[in-house]
Amino acid sequence: MKHIALAAFTLALPAAAHGATTLETVKDRGRLICGASQGTVGFGAPDSDGTWRGLDIDTCRAVAVAVFGDKDTVDFVPLSGQQRIPALQTGEIDILPRTLTWTLQRDANGIDFTSPNYYEFTGFMLPKAMGIERVEDMAGAAVCVQTGSTTEVVVADVSDKLDLDLQPVVFDNTSATRQAFFSGRCDALITDAAALASVRATQAENPDDYVIFPATDYMDALTPAVRHGDNQWKDIVTWSIEAMKSAELLGITSQNIDTFEGSTDPRIRRFLGIDPGNGTALGLQDDFAANIIREVGNYAEVFDRNVGKDSSLKLERGANALYKDGGLMFPLTFQ
Amino acid sequence: MRLLRDARVRGGLIQIALLAAVAGVILWIAHNTSQNLSERGIRTGWDFLDRPARFPISESVLPYDPQDTFLWAYVVGLGNTLWISALAILGATILGLGIGLAGRSANPLLAGLGTGYVTVMRNLPLIVQLLFWYALATAAFPAPRAAWEPLPGVFLTQRGIFLPALPAAQLALAVALGLAAALLLRRWRGTAGVAVFAATLILTRATVEMPELRGFTFTGGIALSPEFAALMLGIILYTAAFVGEIIRGGIDAVARGQWEAGRALGLPDRATLRRIILPQALRVIIPPMTSQYLSTVKNTTLALAVGYPELGLVVNTVINQTGQAIESLLILLGVFLTISLSVSLLMNWYNARMAIVVR
Repeated sequence: MKHIALAAFTLALPAAAHGATTLETVKDRGRLICGASQGTVGFGAPDSDGTWRGLDIDTCRAVAVAVFGDKDTVDFVPLSGQQRIPALQTGEIDILPRTLTWTLQRDANGIDFTSPNYYEFTGFMLPKAMGIERVEDMAGAAVCVQTGSTTEVVVADVSDKLDLDLQPVVFDNTSATRQAFFSGRCDALITDAAALASVRATQAENPDDYVIFPATDYMDALTPAVRHGDNQWKDIVTWSIEAMKSAELLGITSQNIDTFEGSTDPRIRRFLGIDPGNGTALGLQDDFAANIIREVGNYAEVFDRNVGKDSSLKLERGANALYKDGGLMFPLTFQ
Repeated sequence: MRLLRDARVRGGLIQIALLAAVAGVILWIAHNTSQNLSERGIRTGWDFLDRPARFPISESVLPYDPQDTFLWAYVVGLGNTLWISALAILGATILGLGIGLAGRSANPLLAGLGTGYVTVMRNLPLIVQLLFWYALATAAFPAPRAAWEPLPGVFLTQRGIFLPALPAAQLALAVALGLAAALLLRRWRGTAGVAVFAATLILTRATVEMPELRGFTFTGGIALSPEFAALMLGIILYTAAFVGEIIRGGIDAVARGQWEAGRALGLPDRATLRRIILPQALRVIIPPMTSQYLSTVKNTTLALAVGYPELGLVVNTVINQTGQAIESLLILLGVFLTISLSVSLLMNWYNARMAIVVR
């Protein structure tokens, strides 16, 4: 019934609210409002001190740094799979980086995608004791699915394509879906493989008892989204994400960034804003990219800290390595 | 000026002004909404209803496949809503009648049980009860391979309850013939009905289909999913408490003198209840019972908490897949208004029939 509130909100929005750009709104408010998950460790979840941490969280922090120069000028709103897009469309949040798959239908219908911050398969997780390690052997399996995600359609597609007669059990919130899986109501849980790894590491009694494998033979691009129609804001979010990827390519980290101040490399000088132009073109400070790296770090640092080797998930870079390392991450040109 | 001093004219003018204001507000909201939606690049219109839905529905009374259209997905959701509403109302009425009568009983143990049940059930939120039954259904029962079999062919597992079944066609035929026999041979109503029912089943050589463990779970027979079982249990137990109170109140509303009059005539208590008390009590019972039935229909939307795909859950999923929240919610509102108005029309008709006829 959250939708009723959201729909009512749409109805009640005065037409005059139109006019202020998102950047002006955010600056007037003094804070960025970011849509977060209801607790997927590694991507977005509060830690024991109540501080939000995760790859998607750091994406929001990067945008906050670009606008305000301070990674703490951002508030996080936990949203369920089905609340998240209406929340963005109605202006409740400014940016939605919540493990959101870039799809045609979503893109065409009121939201705009910026730049992918994670590439991932949709995966199944099953108890190892069942002895099943590929999709083809899952005939008749009951699958716990969360509504409001692309995985609902993936279950139907996979079931149809391989004639598996999968039995979906659909829930409307994240914790109910996971609890149903761990209580044994379903044989399998479906969601992004990285999120599955996070669920396994943090919620399974014994993580080694569960196996994860891809549900599809194609990857999804998890991409932060913004409201449709505000190109300046879309550019700011896109280039905040690109700044983290570019910094990795240029070898700039939060630790060594000060050593680049006297650099003579024109690419690095443009990136750091020593040679002006890039930031002002977006309506930001010229050193916005340097501030992002100083406060949040480059993409490798963000990845390692939240989901990679320095985290509890220990995920490989895999497809999320830079293209020069055999991955899909392709930093755009900063000029 | 004199015209304005006329109370009737003035009243009429005020009403016209009020109506115009209300219409104006509605038009303003509609205009504002469509403008806001188009500014945000959100699609509007009904053409999505013809597109394939592509999402699965876990169980349904009507046949459904992800290739079907969004419109059919709504119809399937509506079918589930009507199915669980009808079962919930039927179950709650039967159980509630027992609880209401128990509450009125002279036996202190029975009376205490009746009022105790009402006190506990009525004071716990329905959603909490549903989540409790669902947690119990999935956590307390064993996995299919280690299923409990309390009766031959009855399996209790965390994947659901599996029961032996008779083939649907033969069962329907036997029920129809049994009912017909009971109506025609009024004297031996019960016996004739049961005899014809049993004879039909034997003559058509109906065989009981037993559930069998195959692969992940049981196939064959009747399968009640944990979602369905938890929902039915929760909603019936909850609603029965209200129904019981309404029935107890209705019986209490009939003057004690009526019981005494029945006894004075030499009628047994049971006949007094059936012939004298209940017809009078029903007049008190029906109006609040109508409201209770309406709440029950609306309460079925809580099913989404335990993952049973009634109309509300389907609407939520469609909104996610299409982004067309306003259209989908209009459908949801329209459907529930229609169901509720139908239930109240039916109950009002019944009420009029049971009312005291004044000649």
